[in-house]
Amino acid sequence: MEILLLILIALLYSTGIYMLLRRSMVKLLIGLGLLGNGVNILIFLLGSITKGKPPVIDDKASLFRDIYADPIPQALILTAIVISFGLQAFAIVLLKRVYVLVNSDDLDDLNTPEEEDI
Amino acid sequence: MIDNYLILPVAIHLFAAILLLFLWRRTVAHRIVSIATSFIVMLLSIRLFSKVYNGNILIMEAGSWKAPFGIVFVADVFSCTLVLLTSFAALAVSIFSSAGISRSRILYGYFPIFHFLVMGLNGAFLTGDIFNLYVWFEVIIISSFVLMTLGGRKAQVEGAVKYMAMNILASTFFLTGIGILYGITGTLNMADLSIKIAALENRNLVNITALFFIIGFGIKAAVFPLYFWLPSSYHTPPSAVVATFGGLLTKVGIYALFRISTLIFVPDEFTKNLLLFIAVFTILTGSFGALIKRNIRRMFSYLIVCHIGFMIGGLAMFTGVAITGALIYLFHDIMVKTNMFLIAGLIRQLKGTMNMDKLGGLYTDYPKISLLIAIVLFSLAGIPPLSGFWPKLYLFEAGFINRQYILIGAIIIGSFITLYVIAKMWADVFWKNPPENDGRGEELKDSFATLSLSKKTMLVSPIVFLAAISLYLGFCAQNITEVAERITSEMLDTTPYIEAVLGKTY
Repeated sequence: MEILLLILIALLYSTGIYMLLRRSMVKLLIGLGLLGNGVNILIFLLGSITKGKPPVIDDKASLFRDIYADPIPQALILTAIVISFGLQAFAIVLLKRVYVLVNSDDLDDLNTPEEEDI
Repeated sequence: MIDNYLILPVAIHLFAAILLLFLWRRTVAHRIVSIATSFIVMLLSIRLFSKVYNGNILIMEAGSWKAPFGIVFVADVFSCTLVLLTSFAALAVSIFSSAGISRSRILYGYFPIFHFLVMGLNGAFLTGDIFNLYVWFEVIIISSFVLMTLGGRKAQVEGAVKYMAMNILASTFFLTGIGILYGITGTLNMADLSIKIAALENRNLVNITALFFIIGFGIKAAVFPLYFWLPSSYHTPPSAVVATFGGLLTKVGIYALFRISTLIFVPDEFTKNLLLFIAVFTILTGSFGALIKRNIRRMFSYLIVCHIGFMIGGLAMFTGVAITGALIYLFHDIMVKTNMFLIAGLIRQLKGTMNMDKLGGLYTDYPKISLLIAIVLFSLAGIPPLSGFWPKLYLFEAGFINRQYILIGAIIIGSFITLYVIAKMWADVFWKNPPENDGRGEELKDSFATLSLSKKTMLVSPIVFLAAISLYLGFCAQNITEVAERITSEMLDTTPYIEAVLGKTY
């Protein structure tokens, strides 16, 4: 299980960074999304996966006899998913707006010469 | 010592932002509530500072969950000094925005987002939990995205794409670092991390994790070679927005770098050399970039990058004197950079442009305002006895003690170019006769003279306020040095911080 997740993380990171380095704005978005998912799975993996154990430890237990499931990584991932969802939603709207204004998907076209502004 | 008082600078901004959302489309009410909130938070921050400075480190345990398990907020002297400076800058920007931000932007919710941004800044300074720090960073960046794009002009959204992409990437790196950190230590509390990281055997793993944090915070703080998003986006939004960004956002990156490298990843020889390299190149590239720019705000953007290098240099030497110098520079920089962009906005109001080729003759038209601006420009250049001078003294001293002559050279070049650029700007904007209009360009108009007296006061008074604080930083350098030395001692010996969070028996 761990090795599969490891390969998946490596794949998500590498494709994400590759997509970020492309010139297209849509690929930029996809890259950010893939990287975000890669991080989430990384946290999941590093929170030491256990199967079939409760996250709550018995009140009367005086010492850990058994491995218990750590609930914190999942709380972290949940937060990170919500945040990256918000950021990506914003990014999509922003890039749509840029596409309407610039009429191009190429990041190299985003260089309007100096203009007077507020 | 547990004291829930310290959460007020965060909570009040949150409540103000929510209140402003209910007052949607009432622009006058927005202005009044915003200024009042910023003023109240300033008073509360002064009280918080005096509480912490004259007493102990304060902590707050969210939901009464005990320290390494729940989220804690910690106010040590470093945090509450930055909260105090943020509150000064926020008050100035609030007042300036009331007159300087167009009505249409206020209608689309400028002020609520501004208060969410300041809330995020205060939260980032006060939190004692590394994942919570990430969440505050996200609060900051999502608010700053909205502020940056509000108005939706072409140049603005183009700048925002670069800003957005780099900042999301920085957050991803930061989150990766947190993931690995949790994997190797099993905790997120910064005080607890400090103990567990110090006890780890595998130093290479620690160094690699530290690098993730350095990259993440480095993008946010705009250090070489990760700064390119800053000069290509900071000249686009309104000046009041950039004043907040330039004065505070990059400084959160610096704050986080200082916090993690003193508390969690105490730099070894490799990290110090890396930071030194970054510092030297940040200073050089930033200052050379400033040389060739003819737009005031583009020039200032490069100066931000240049001066970030000074602070990183202080951190890289990692001795008491060096950190003290870097901290004084940080205080000075927050005040002066915020003020510089407000001044850029004022110049735009006075002359209708920010292009130095088209400006001129401001001194003959507005001698008093010009003298006020001169004080700020001289503080930035570091002319003794103004505020930019004292930290450099410390940095030079530290450089000679540690024999870091390359860094000293870079700081001298950086300071000299700053002075040159400022002198050039002074000559171009204030002394030069305004260029003749050859009929082709559009007429530049003075939109300041026609404003009502109250609006004029709102535009000039924040600059006076921040300039007064800069003068205080310069003339009462003794007091500031004491604060900085106190913070340095807390940074180099973190036992009081850890004891305050985890209790005496950790």
